[in-house]
Amino acid sequence: MRIEVNGQSHEMPPTTVAIALANLGFPTKGIATALNGHFLAAHARDRLLAEGDRLEVLSPMQGG
Amino acid sequence: MQVYGTKVKTPLFLGTARYPSPAILLQAIQTAQAEVITVSLRREGAGGGAFRDLLAQSGARVLPNTAGCHSVAEAITTARMAREVFQTDWLKLEVIGNADSLQPDVFQTVQAAKVLCAEGFKVFPYTTDDLIVGERLLEAGCQVLMPWGAPIGTCQGLRNPDALRAMRAHFPGVPLIVDAGIGAPSHAAQVMEMGFDGVLTNTAVALAGDPVAMAGALAGAVGAGQAAYHAGIVAPRDMAEPSTPVFGLAVLG
Repeated sequence: MRIEVNGQSHEMPPTTVAIALANLGFPTKGIATALNGHFLAAHARDRLLAEGDRLEVLSPMQGG
Repeated sequence: MQVYGTKVKTPLFLGTARYPSPAILLQAIQTAQAEVITVSLRREGAGGGAFRDLLAQSGARVLPNTAGCHSVAEAITTARMAREVFQTDWLKLEVIGNADSLQPDVFQTVQAAKVLCAEGFKVFPYTTDDLIVGERLLEAGCQVLMPWGAPIGTCQGLRNPDALRAMRAHFPGVPLIVDAGIGAPSHAAQVMEMGFDGVLTNTAVALAGDPVAMAGALAGAVGAGQAAYHAGIVAPRDMAEPSTPVFGLAVLG
């Protein structure tokens, strides 16, 4: 299954968002996720990923 | 000022971007005694954890922004993500209409504000000095307005002080914070002398030769402007008027 995480393509076996994030080395805290342009709450990361899904993983950054 | 039921004593809100180093940012926040600082969300990478530690160390309340969003949908998704990560329902809503001018898209800003206010966000909308847009934002549920002084990052000062003065008069009970375009302490003082409730600035501090000293200078200017407004500034007049008493003047000629 091919998915996109923060604009980069990844090939992985079918899995949940939480497991995919862990496998890719993201921290469990201090991040927010959006799946295909929609907010995905931390408690909903047991969602199964599907082919072609676009996942955004954001964290606090400086801002004006 | 009292905004969304929270008392904010320091009228200077600080942006946290573009500083030479995290240590200088922290010192600038402390020197300005800023109670509210703006932050953003970007793709997770190295340095995210260090910034979280710095935020905790600053002790300031964070105001997450939706900078870089060009649509209602992007702004709403970013807002929901920010609320979860920063654990706050305060939100600086920016929906940008043009990538070069960074002018707010006021139509989409009003639409996004309606949705977000209904979801319980305490929205601080970045807007122009247009009075009717301000009214629509208040109708959407906003309890504060953040009109621009000049385009983001330009440091030009107030491009249209007359419009801002009119805005202050039109929304007497609404907290108004001038956001964007402030370049020098005199600009910030001018805003506060007009009776505004606060100033939000980033570039003027972050890119100054000495950001920490500039944070202090801006804080002083904001305080002076606010004190002057409350003291009652004397209106200018066209003709000269002697300040030394005329009564008792000797006749020497």
